[in-house]
Amino acid sequence: MELTIALSIGVLFGSGIWLILRPRSFQVITGLLLLSYAVNLFIFITGRLSVNKPPLIVQGEAVDPSLYADPLPQALVLTAIVIGFATTALYLVVLLGSRGLTGTDHVDGKERDSAE
Amino acid sequence: MTLLLLLLLPFAGCVIAACMPAYARNREAWFAALIAFCGLLLTLSLYPAVSSGIVIKHELAWLPMFNLNLILRMDGLAWLFSVLIQGICLLVVLYARYYMSPKDPVPRFFAFLLAFMGAMQGVVISGNLIQLVMFWELTSLTSFLLIGYWHHRADARRGARMAFTVTSIGGLCLLAGVLLLGYIAGSYDLDAVLASADIIRSHQAYLPALVLVALGALTKSAQFPFHFWLPHAMAAPTPVSAYLHSATMVKAGIFLLMRLWPVLAGTPEWTWIIGTAGVCTMLIGAYLAIFQHDLKGLLAYSTISHLGLITCLLGMGTPLAMVAAIFHTLNHAIFKASLFMAVGIIDHESGTRDMRKLSGLSRLMPYTATLAIVASAAMAGVPLLNGFLSKEMFFAQALQVGSNSNWWMSAAAVVMGIFGVAYSMRFISVFFGAKATALPKLPHEPPRWMRFPVELLVLCCLIVGVAPQLSIGVPLQTAAASVLGERLPDYNLAIWHGINAPLVMSVLAFALGILLFKVLKYRFNLLQSAHIPVLYRFNGKQAYESSMLILASSAARLERLFSSRRLQPQLLLLVLAGLFASALMLQAMPDFSPAWSVEHFNLPFALLWLIGCTCAVCAAWQAKYHRLAALMLVGGTGIVTSLTFLWLSAPDLALTQLMVETVTTVLLLLGLRWLPSRISARKMNLVASSRDKLRRSRDLVIAIIAGSVMFVISYFVLLHPANFTISNFFLDNAVPGGGGTNVVNVLLVDFRNFDTLGEITVLSIVALTVYALLRRFRPAPESIGIPAQQANQVDPASRQTPAQQANSGYLLIPGIYLRLLLPVIGISAAYFFMRGHNLPGGGFIAGLVFAVGMIIQYMLAGTVWIESRLKLNPHRWIAVGIGLACFTGLGSLAFGYPFLTTHTAHLTLPVLGELHLPSAFIFDLGVFAVVVGTTMLILVALAHQSVRSHRVPGAPVDNNAITSREIR
Repeated sequence: MELTIALSIGVLFGSGIWLILRPRSFQVITGLLLLSYAVNLFIFITGRLSVNKPPLIVQGEAVDPSLYADPLPQALVLTAIVIGFATTALYLVVLLGSRGLTGTDHVDGKERDSAE
Repeated sequence: MTLLLLLLLPFAGCVIAACMPAYARNREAWFAALIAFCGLLLTLSLYPAVSSGIVIKHELAWLPMFNLNLILRMDGLAWLFSVLIQGICLLVVLYARYYMSPKDPVPRFFAFLLAFMGAMQGVVISGNLIQLVMFWELTSLTSFLLIGYWHHRADARRGARMAFTVTSIGGLCLLAGVLLLGYIAGSYDLDAVLASADIIRSHQAYLPALVLVALGALTKSAQFPFHFWLPHAMAAPTPVSAYLHSATMVKAGIFLLMRLWPVLAGTPEWTWIIGTAGVCTMLIGAYLAIFQHDLKGLLAYSTISHLGLITCLLGMGTPLAMVAAIFHTLNHAIFKASLFMAVGIIDHESGTRDMRKLSGLSRLMPYTATLAIVASAAMAGVPLLNGFLSKEMFFAQALQVGSNSNWWMSAAAVVMGIFGVAYSMRFISVFFGAKATALPKLPHEPPRWMRFPVELLVLCCLIVGVAPQLSIGVPLQTAAASVLGERLPDYNLAIWHGINAPLVMSVLAFALGILLFKVLKYRFNLLQSAHIPVLYRFNGKQAYESSMLILASSAARLERLFSSRRLQPQLLLLVLAGLFASALMLQAMPDFSPAWSVEHFNLPFALLWLIGCTCAVCAAWQAKYHRLAALMLVGGTGIVTSLTFLWLSAPDLALTQLMVETVTTVLLLLGLRWLPSRISARKMNLVASSRDKLRRSRDLVIAIIAGSVMFVISYFVLLHPANFTISNFFLDNAVPGGGGTNVVNVLLVDFRNFDTLGEITVLSIVALTVYALLRRFRPAPESIGIPAQQANQVDPASRQTPAQQANSGYLLIPGIYLRLLLPVIGISAAYFFMRGHNLPGGGFIAGLVFAVGMIIQYMLAGTVWIESRLKLNPHRWIAVGIGLACFTGLGSLAFGYPFLTTHTAHLTLPVLGELHLPSAFIFDLGVFAVVVGTTMLILVALAHQSVRSHRVPGAPVDNNAITSREIR
């Protein structure tokens, strides 16, 4: 499981990096989405993997931390996910505005001489 | 306390003066004069204490743990300078009342002048070196504003910039020097620094400290080779020149050298640096002054020369030279300020300052002419005037220090005297000769009170000149004693010392000076000469301008070399930097033996991620030509991520991720319409060039490396034993402290709710930004028309509005149950919200669920149909949400708890039973409202772009186009 998730984070991150280095704005926005998955998962796994231990306290018993998943990364990731949506929206609007103003969807606002 | 008042009074006055109406010239002047007068009275009231040798100190704690305090310190030297600052300010204000034209914006003038006075006062009474530098920089800043007061004039702007650049570079050097001094002495307290003079002089950092402090002082006091800024600063109004550039600001450098004299002086290095600069300045300044045609220019160079004289005296390093320096500082301030004012009167009354045009003024304005002639006689050093006394002292010191071996010292002094007499002659020549005819205005005597400050100052020249010991003896001695301490020499302020060497030098200077002037005037046509002989090539301004130019162009070149406006290289550098940083991190990994537990390999989980990874890679591959496919693939990865959260005990995250996934997909779908159509390269028969192939391979390699690094880091993290020190606190305290069993939600709305408050604020700002940007959105011309998919003539649905499709068209059946879904989703949202504190759910999730429900309705029936039936007002949701969150936070303040403290109320209701109602609940309600508002605002604003009529640039306006209603 550890190996699986670590590998997956690597794959998502690599795909994201490839995409943000591309010249078209839609590629970059897709890359950012993939990067945010990878980074969110990475923050999440800093609390280590635990199955069937949601951080919902069973009342009336003494709290044994080993029975619960780490809540702190979860709280951080939750807000990160929502903020991620907002930044994606902002980037999309900038992208659309740039496309309308410059007539191209190249990230620099103008086509390079050679076709890419 | 008096000291604090003395310091704060001008700044308070500055604020008030700035707020007065623009036309209130009299009121402004009266007010500023009042401030200066109060300051003067305060200073004078300190005299009894100061003259008895007490150092008055007022200390305010600032950063006591770093031994940095605000220290105000008044001794004899500071007192003398304070009197100069306040007294001359008072006269200048009176003078400026008449000098400034009614058209000038006077509040700005007087406000800056008072601010300058405060800054200067701060310099002289600072008892802490860093504090001194701060006020020093403040004088640079205010002088910049004052020189550039007439900012519509190019020369004023240029002069202000030049003065500011030079003096603030010096200020930075001074700061460095002061830090060094403080480091050596172990304290920035002036007294402590003065006490450790011997340590400082023998320290190896003495020379750098001396050079840096000297750079600060020499730039400020316009000493060679930095003297060039002062003549250009003459673009300032004349009251400013009289105040800043003769009496006070340029004396700040001198003051600093005097202040640090006991610490720094007495070494060969000091004598060489300060003395050489002084001698060069006094000779060059005096020489250049002879050849000026502008009256103010002449005075500026003469000021440079006199400042050089004082610097030279300080450089000699003998106690008696110190006394002479203080005395000359005072004398120079008095006669130079009066001369500047006299020039201002001439300029004001005749409309020009050009000595080639002015002549015979003594017949037109006899009274002013007499005053100016007396003042310039003081400048030349005529007996019975104050300038004579200090010049004699200078000659005596030059003789003594130079003695036989350094005879050039005395020679330089005499040459300076000759030049001084020559330029004074040049100055008074405007009052004699034939009456000038070609003047812009016919000059006459100025108003009574405009002349008054000049009269007073000239009277001071006379009194000091005739009865020096009686008038200035005691304060001068106090000031000198405060610097020299026990080394105070015996000296005698008297007019007549008998016939001695200094007197002979004076006489010689007078004779030769008059001769020089006559020769220059009649043989070399001085009055009309276009340039300055010998030194005309030597142009500090040119050097300054070209160095500024080199600076700007090399900055531009560096920017071209190391920066790019293109996104791709920037991102590439960012990624490479990240890789480099992680390489460093891997190197510094702590040595640990991995807790190599049995690898839990889980086949379903691996298969799940096989799908997730495939989706990601395919999306990366397809994002260029198949955007819709790529979007769906990314969505697939998102779903897998969400399932992973669920699998790994994070139900809240799973829910949030799922909802955000939905809204993000809708968001991007709405955006796709405005992107250009792209036909794949293969279909276009385009062959990628080898450069493109190279770039792609490079990016691929980088991406693979980055992915591998991320994999390695993640894997190491997972193998490293976990350490739950912080999290245990939250787990332990969630129920007793936060009153909820869902720890993640308690964290969000209780323990870390300040964070959450910040986050919802960011969300709101982003949503409003998106909305604002979209209001000005101009799509590309080719994407304005209806997309090809919608314009299909065969499909009957393409001719229907979305509302028709949903009500009677092909969407009839989905329409019915999707509408039924709205209340269900509403109830679900409420359910998720209510249980959030104890079970997975909460404001974020409920908000997203509700927003998704609304979006489904929009997608089904179209924007127009929905908005004619339902006004959602997302702005108000945002406002209410932020308001609720802040209100809850402030509520705890009212009960004396810190901001955002949660309180839990326990209610027992008849049907529902016992109810926990924490205030975090209201906070969460705010979160809910903000999330709904932002999501709806962003999506609806984007959706509206398709309904809005967009004009193709250049096409005729279509009056029949339906303009959609803006969302309110």
